[in-house]
Amino acid sequence: MGQTITEKIFSEHVGKTVYAGEIVRSPIDMVIGNDITTPISIHAFEQSGASSLANPDGFSIVLDHFIPAKDIASANQARISRDFAKKYKLKNFFDEKDMGIEHALLPEKGLVGPGDVIIGADSHTCTHGALAAFSTGMGSTDLAFAMITGGNWFKVPESIKVVLSGKPGKYTTGKDIILEIIRMIGVDGALYHTLEFTGDTIAHLSMDDRFSMCNMAIEAGAKSGIVAYDDITAEFLADKPLARAPRIHYSDDDASYIQTLEIDVAALEAVIAYPFLPSNGHSISQAVADDIKIDQAFIGSCTNGRLSDLKIASEILKDKRVHEDVRLIVTPGTQRILREANHLGYIDIIVDAGGVVSNPTCGACLGGYMGILGDNEVAVSTTNRNFVGRMGSRSSKVYLANSAVAAASAITGVITDPATIK
Amino acid sequence: MQKIDGKVWTFGKDVDTDLIIAARYLSTSVPEELAKHVMEDADPEFVNKMSPGDIIVADENFGCGSSREHAPIALKAAGVAAVIAPTFARIFYRNAFNMGLPIFELPESMEIKEGEEVSIDMNTGTITNKTTDKTYVFTPIPEFMQELLKSGGLMNYAQEEINSREH
Repeated sequence: MGQTITEKIFSEHVGKTVYAGEIVRSPIDMVIGNDITTPISIHAFEQSGASSLANPDGFSIVLDHFIPAKDIASANQARISRDFAKKYKLKNFFDEKDMGIEHALLPEKGLVGPGDVIIGADSHTCTHGALAAFSTGMGSTDLAFAMITGGNWFKVPESIKVVLSGKPGKYTTGKDIILEIIRMIGVDGALYHTLEFTGDTIAHLSMDDRFSMCNMAIEAGAKSGIVAYDDITAEFLADKPLARAPRIHYSDDDASYIQTLEIDVAALEAVIAYPFLPSNGHSISQAVADDIKIDQAFIGSCTNGRLSDLKIASEILKDKRVHEDVRLIVTPGTQRILREANHLGYIDIIVDAGGVVSNPTCGACLGGYMGILGDNEVAVSTTNRNFVGRMGSRSSKVYLANSAVAAASAITGVITDPATIK
Repeated sequence: MQKIDGKVWTFGKDVDTDLIIAARYLSTSVPEELAKHVMEDADPEFVNKMSPGDIIVADENFGCGSSREHAPIALKAAGVAAVIAPTFARIFYRNAFNMGLPIFELPESMEIKEGEEVSIDMNTGTITNKTTDKTYVFTPIPEFMQELLKSGGLMNYAQEEINSREH
């Protein structure tokens, strides 16, 4: 019987052929924690009496949510991770010295790669599936278990085959494809399953697009998202010091899928997810017709804080001004992205247009800091969730969009089709 | 604890982890601090209205969104005795077991109304609405999870491994 790429990754890890539905205890290649979730894991680790990590180089702590510390409590909370990293001489500890949002930073460092099994105490850990890995979010106790034992329990997931066809238009991105999928199947449409992205569109999607797409698999309830290895993956990995040699798997032609979804990407417009669920998608044409006034445009997060996001934003903002009633906040995903964007002139363009550029952080996306919304305020945001109160006040509203739409809307003050900015 | 009896508070579909405990309170993981703000963005008065031992009944996909274990921690620390819903988001489901927050999958959950009294019987696998006198069968806990629970939960396995490493 044929296997999916996900079934093959687990089979390789457990040393026998396994299929969806089977419960396996698998070794894990990379375990990821952050400043919010790791303290609970560290507490569980210490309570257990453990005195060593099973696989120290396969554990990363990234201080990204509330760091640089937004307040005293956050500083104290980060201290727990800092002390643990020092005590265990953790190689993969990332703080202000080498900052980044974990799901942008780890691929950049070559710490995650094809064929890996990855878990993180952060729901957007599914991002790394873009590198042809199995990658999923878990809670802090599951993380502690992996820190101690080097592995964890998994139910090998069923896969939904997503067949994408056609070349995307200039302003249709990986973000729009995943928002369209969530619109089609709902926020629990892929519960417990893997979204396996296939089809001729894939060859047109950059790694940044693929990261965005896999990043929001969780917003359909999925356990993971995955894109098979190809030339674009190889090119991305070429200049990275890889922690492990890639283990490349492809789904068999006769692999079993629980469902197939087909999307004509050539015909897909940019998608805007209205409040208060990521599944509440509307076309950009509809959003323009609805004349949605905004107070804030935000470009950043583990979904859309990559170099291509800053590039397209700067192209649209060049020689323009941010609308007088709007503030534009741009948060690069990592220090490296910030440096490259600066070198390429993107940062100057954004600042000249009246945008503010922050340090890399998850802050604004989850209503932490660095771009909180006040009462009744409206934002267009390249982030991943538009739940009630997600970015601030309970009465605020978040419209999810791609980076081109966010930049165009910052100029006009209403949600705008970037194609109409001349 | 084979039986849980309590008064019901109802919530709708897709109750996300930001509603259960908003990110603005995640500068700490102290259970008592988190408990003060449980369900705040869904119902700011919830924490004042509820009493320890009460039960939350919701519609599909409870706990969707973030992986924050602070969500089951906050519910448990506030004294929520159990959560009943047709389905749970997968990370929340796993976290609830790891934190010892009892959760039950019941397709007919929304037949139960706010203020009604229910009794959950783990031995018979049933939930009885004592107000309407109707009894429901909840979806059995997967065998694997049952075994994990019987052996004392996930961290107990870790403990065994630590012990064997030291020998």
